[in-house]
Order: sequence, then C-alpha cells, then structure tokens
Amino acid sequence: MIKKLKNRTDLENLKESILKKKDKKKHCIIVSSGTCGQTSGSEKVIEKFKDEIKKQDMGKQVELKVTGCHGFCEVEPVALIQPEGIFYQKLKAEDVPEIISETIVKGKVIEKLLYSDTETGKKIPYEKDIPFYKKQSRIIFGNNVLIDPTSIDDYIGIGGYEALGKVLFKMKPEEVIEEVKKSGLRGRGGGGFPTGKKWGFCRQAEGDVRYVICNADEGDPGAYMDRSLLEGNPHSVLEGMIIGAYAIGSSEGYVYIRAEYPLALKNLEKAISQAEGYGLLGKNILGSDFNFRVKITRGGGAFVCGESTALMASIEGRVGEPRAKYVHTIESGLRDKPTNLNNVETWANVPMIISRGAGWYAKIGTQKSKGTKIFSLVGKIKNTGLVEVPMGMTLREIIYDIGGGIPGGKKFKAVQTGGPSGGCIPEELIDLPVDFERLAEAGSMMGSGGMIIMDEDNCMVDVAKYFVDFLREESCGKCVPCREGLENMYNILAGITEGRGKEEDIGLLKELSEVLSEGALCALGTTAANPVMSTLRYFPEEYESHIRDKKCPAGVCKELVLYSIIEEKCNGCGLCRKKCPAKAISGEPKKVHVINQAECIKCRQCFEVCRFGAVKIE
Amino acid sequence: MINLTINGKKVSVEEGLTILQAAEQMGIRIPTLCYHEAVVAYGACRVCLVEVVRKGWPKMVTACNYPVQENIEVNTNNEKVIKIRKLVVELLLARCPEVKEIKDLAEELGIKEIRFKKKNDKCILCGLCVRVCEEKMGITAIGSINRGTIRDVATPYNDNSDVCIGCGACASICPTGAIKIEDVGDIRTIDKWNTKVKLRKCETCGKYYAPVPQLDSLKGKTSVTEESFKMCMDCRRKKLENTMINAKKSKY
Repeated sequence: MIKKLKNRTDLENLKESILKKKDKKKHCIIVSSGTCGQTSGSEKVIEKFKDEIKKQDMGKQVELKVTGCHGFCEVEPVALIQPEGIFYQKLKAEDVPEIISETIVKGKVIEKLLYSDTETGKKIPYEKDIPFYKKQSRIIFGNNVLIDPTSIDDYIGIGGYEALGKVLFKMKPEEVIEEVKKSGLRGRGGGGFPTGKKWGFCRQAEGDVRYVICNADEGDPGAYMDRSLLEGNPHSVLEGMIIGAYAIGSSEGYVYIRAEYPLALKNLEKAISQAEGYGLLGKNILGSDFNFRVKITRGGGAFVCGESTALMASIEGRVGEPRAKYVHTIESGLRDKPTNLNNVETWANVPMIISRGAGWYAKIGTQKSKGTKIFSLVGKIKNTGLVEVPMGMTLREIIYDIGGGIPGGKKFKAVQTGGPSGGCIPEELIDLPVDFERLAEAGSMMGSGGMIIMDEDNCMVDVAKYFVDFLREESCGKCVPCREGLENMYNILAGITEGRGKEEDIGLLKELSEVLSEGALCALGTTAANPVMSTLRYFPEEYESHIRDKKCPAGVCKELVLYSIIEEKCNGCGLCRKKCPAKAISGEPKKVHVINQAECIKCRQCFEVCRFGAVKIE
Repeated sequence: MINLTINGKKVSVEEGLTILQAAEQMGIRIPTLCYHEAVVAYGACRVCLVEVVRKGWPKMVTACNYPVQENIEVNTNNEKVIKIRKLVVELLLARCPEVKEIKDLAEELGIKEIRFKKKNDKCILCGLCVRVCEEKMGITAIGSINRGTIRDVATPYNDNSDVCIGCGACASICPTGAIKIEDVGDIRTIDKWNTKVKLRKCETCGKYYAPVPQLDSLKGKTSVTEESFKMCMDCRRKKLENTMINAKKSKY
C-alpha cells in the first residue's frame, strides 16, 4: 500500500529508504529500451537477460534495469554495465549469456560487443570514452540512464521531487518566477521566449482560473527528443509542471501528447498515477495547501496542433486550427482563461534550475541562450542520435566531434535545423555557434531541435520541395497565404525539379516567401518559407542550373539526370544488369554494358552497386 | 479612449474597437472578405492586413481582429501593405477566377494577370457559413474538414445533416454565392451540404413556406403563438390585418 507523503520529511525519509534498499555491490545491467531501442530489438535482449540471470542463478549479484533512450540510436540496443561503465552495443539476444558468464561473473570485457571509433576503428570499452558522449553535457537527458521510467522510486532516489518540496515550503511563487527568470531559461519549443517572464505575465493576468499546459505534440520529421524525455523520465516533466503551476497559481494542467507516441503516453499515465499515489499531485501536495492535477489529452496527428492556439482549440474539442494571438494566451488561452504553455524539454529543465540554482544554470550556454539543448542528429551522419550540448557549441563540434561526420567519405553540404520550417545552413557557416540568435541570423531557427545533415548527394531544390510538400499538407488551410501560397510554392518547386523551371520562378518564390512570412496567421505559416528562402540564399547556383541548364548538380531530380556507363571503366561484371529493376541494362559478361535510356527509371541502383565508378550521372 | 495614428492622422477612439472599426469611423476603407459584423472576426482571408508599428516595431496584422492600442501607428495602404494584399488577392483569384467579388477586388487593386496555377473554385473558405451557423443559429451543422489545400466545409462525413434546420443563413452570408438553396415542392435542398429538409405547407393558402425543422427550433423562443407557426408570412399578415379591422369596427 502506497502511503501519501504528508510533508517534506516524509519525502526525505522515502528517498533514504529507497537508497538503503540498494545493494551497491550488485552489478547493474542497464538496457536502453525507448521506442528506438525497441524497434532495434531491445525487448528480446531484455527477455534473454531475465532468463539468463535466472538460469545462471545470478539474481543476487546482478540487477537488470530497463530504461528509456540513452541517445545513441545508431548502435541500439545498448547495455551499460555498472559500476564499471562498460558499453556494449548492437546487442542480440544470443550475446546475452556471454555477457553474464564473462563480464558479470569473470569481469572480462567482450571485445566483439564494443563500440569502435568511427575514425580509428579502435575498440572503446567504456561509455565515458566514446566520442559521441564525451563532448555532451547531459544534464537533463543523462538521467534517462539512471532510472526506470516506470518507477517513481527510481526518480525519487536520484533526488526527484526535492525541487518541488523546496518551492512549496521555502519559496514564494514570485521567488520561483524570479529564479527561473534569473536562470535565463528560454522556451525549448521553438519560440525561445523567456520562460520566467511568461510565467510572471500569466500569474499577473486577470482571472480566477489559470491553466498550465505541456506541449508534447512533437511533430517535426526527424525530431524525437520530447518523446524520449517523456518515455525515459516522465516525472521530471511532471515535477516541472507542478512547480510552474505553483508559481503561476494554477490548479489544473494538461499534457497534450501525440497519440503516435504510445510508450510515452503509457509511461506518462503511469507516472501521473504514481505521483497521485504519493500525494505529489492532487490535493494538498506534500501536505501543503497547494492543489494541482494533470490531465492528458491525446493529439490526433495534426502537425499544426503543436501551435499553441490550435493545441488549446483541440483540447477544447474544437477543430485544431490557430487563431490570432493579438490577445496572448497567457491572458486568454484555454477556455479563454490565462494559460501558460511550455514544451516538454522546457518543463524538464525546471526542477534542475530550482535544485541546483539559477546561478549554476546561467553559467551554461551563451550570453542570451542559457543551459543545454537536446538536438536530434539525423540524416547523413555517422552517429545518429539525441545529443545534449551546451548552447553555443558550434555546428562543427556537433556534427564532427559528436556526430562522427558524414558516412561513406562524402562531403558535408548543409544542415537543416529547426524542423520542417527551419532553414538550411551551408558548409561555410559550419563554425556557427548554435543558439537562438545565431540560428535566426543565419536564416534558420532553433525550433524544437531537429538537425538534419545533408551531404553532396542532396539536391537543395529537392530538399526545399520536400519540406514545402510536408508543410502544405500539414497547413490547417485556414489562412490564404499558407493554404494557397504553399500549394503554389510547391507547384513552382516541382516545376523546377522536373525541368519546367522558368527564369521568373525565383522572383515568384521570393514574393510568395514574403507573403508567407509577413502575412500568414500563425508561426507554421510565417516560418514555412524558411527552407525556400535559406536555400535560395545559400545555394542560388543550384536553382540556376535546374532552371537555365536543366541540370541537377546532385543528380537527384530524375527528370534532369541521365545515367550512362563509362566505357573505359566498365569491366562487364554484370552487377548493375542484375540489380536493375527495370531491366534497362544490357551487356555480355566481361564486355562493356549499356543503359537503355528509354527503359531507365533513374532509381540510382546501378550507381550505388558499381564498384568501379563506371556509372555516370549527369 | 485610445489614442493612435492611422495613415498619419492622429485619432482617439473607444477602447475595444478593432483597427477596422476605427478606420471605418475615419472614412478609411480597408478591404475585407471573411469579415462580417454579425460574427466573431476570423482573420483568415488576410485581405485586411495592415501594418502596425508598436514601440518602434512594425508588423503586419489583420485589421478585423486587432484591438486598437495606445500610441500604435497604423498604415493601411503603404507600399508593403499593398504589395502583400495584392499577392493575397492574386492567390485567391487563382483559386476562384470566376468569382465576382474576387474579380472586383483584384480590379480595385490593379491586378492584371494571374501568375499561379488556376483552379475553378467558388468557395474561398472564409468560414462565414460555419460561424453564422454556430454563433448566430446555435446549430453547428457544418464545420471545416481536412487540411491544407483540400480543406473544405461540410457536414459530418458529408452526410445529409440531421441537425441542419434549413434556415439558409449560410447561403445568405456567403460572399461568393458558393452555397445554393433550392425549394422544390415540399423539399429544400442545400446542395453543398448534401442536405434536404422538409418544408411546411401553409394551412391557409397551401404554399410551402419554411423548413419544418427551422419552425420547430423557433417554437418557444419567440412570442409568436403556436397557431401562427402553421401559416405563411403573407397569410399571417392578412390574418393580423383582419383582426385589427374587426377590432376597430367593434369599437365604434
């Protein structure tokens, strides 16, 4: 039977008893099993660990901990063996018996399961020495490794809910707001508005009822940091919300979460009921006179519902479309009441700021952007994953030192930051320090923290077309610039990539970009032109070759490329002929092959498989 | 009172007014499409975009729903405003090249050609029908469906609506004539909503005069007697006239 915590001392005692129960001599095998881990097969590995611990009768010597994502998605499933810190990667169920018998029993490191450095190929036994982790400052995300997200005791064991105890009994709401202001924390959802300031406005807004909302409607393609936080450490988000609610004077909160995030939803539901069980949510939290409850609303898969007013309309049961924010949501938001909305990562920052102090927090980052930011590093990058770095780290450090650079010896071309409505930053700006201001100056944005890496094989016109296509489908269609503007922008871009580009298209794209950024109703629309504007700014020559020369320099746009075989290089191995799905390649064995242009579907297979560089794209 | 500047002229207007209303008081015309004074402003068509300079920061806002604020500077027709307004209307014209209201507005703004792919829609998705149905009739028989370019207005699942009262407020407020209503025999058809409603026969003259569900929804909401709901407007007037004449006669 779970006993409600009636005061701060109860919480302290609970923590002590949790820590006492821990057997420090025991080995701990930590398996990361977020959504990314599970899709890589972590569940089978976990089952095998359970069986094997039983079979080898190791229950007394070893503890198995299943956690959320550790960030290194590229090499999932991973296991971290503590206290040694041995890091095993790309695990299969059949590796498990050996880990128990060799590493746990004999203390031996299994070479073949180690991560090897992408540069030197050297095997690295310990997590702390792996370059991917070495340069990160995982002050938020690092806790994912320490706790089982379904156990509130694990969270309390690492000091969870202590910050809440501190604010309830030692701080006035205004002092909490002041502390958050001093920390310099800015909204991690994209806008970058100072969080403390927002809380202050909301507290001062007229009204008897106030709401707090956690925006967990993460919809950017390739971005999943909020999902991983909710899956791996839901209590940190809840604790942040409770602290925020206390500061603002709210007794009711909502988490708006995508229905496509089943594991995050499950872990969050569990976390809420556990927190209620301990009296950390509900009436008289920790015996104080503060009441707060949290409800979950599931989103139906519309990207636009990540926009605050659309999100609130959706919670109210209305069509999820934005409205003008001339009267701010902090004055009149959900059900026309003052409402404070922050995203998952912002809330997760709060407990740490309270417990470690605004001064400590404000030392991390740049002058105007404080703290760390979690980025999802995806695309043409060796180490795909979630990385948490201090604000101000350069793109070069993130892409090369942490991300390991571009695979296949290809040349880096651009990085698209900030989600679909972010911009593409070219190679010449690779030493750009990443913070809110610098990204905006470069024509992109922080957004929620997506980073899509592109190499020489990416056509920037095609990239712009891809994002515009995404946005035109996700636009709610309420306002004319976004609905009609994006459709026409897409038509023009499609024309350019299909060889129908005209000289005047560039001017038209610029005009449409202006009407979107100046005239659209919500932030989805006002930022939607970023992919087009930034590629026009940094890669004008690519647009020109498509339009004037009807050529795609990267060889991506099918209508503009021709595949042919270079006679001198072809030795007639026949691999391209065998792989060609259109049967467009003919040739006798050991004789020069030929591509029949009428049959070729330009799928790039022949180019990819040829080991002699004999396939030419022009 | 709120003091602000519109097109260089200082003006003092009532608090709570929108820029559109304040400009109207000064005789300055700002074109609108999705605005109607009967319903809450929506800010969707963006035709009424104006530039507001607040604390030195210029930004584009919709005049229909931007509340006047102390010391703001409003420009309703500077170069930038006209440029963006023209492009918005050109985009609408490409969507609805045959709609008179849009053609007129395009002409007023001096738009000579459509540089975008033409479609042939009649609905400009201004949302007036949806708003009037919800806010004024209290029915909500229709709503917006789908997203982006395939956004449309419809009844749930495009089915014959069982809540529509057939009042025709949607058709009457539609600025482009995209909603057609046809009464044949005892049936009123609203094509766009795939909806048919029954009409009531006047007990006196036999004419079909109003939708049954509309009359039913009005019962108890007005001081009109139950009897009167069974008659068309003309017959009701006649009956009233007769009553008054008879009353006069008996008096003298």
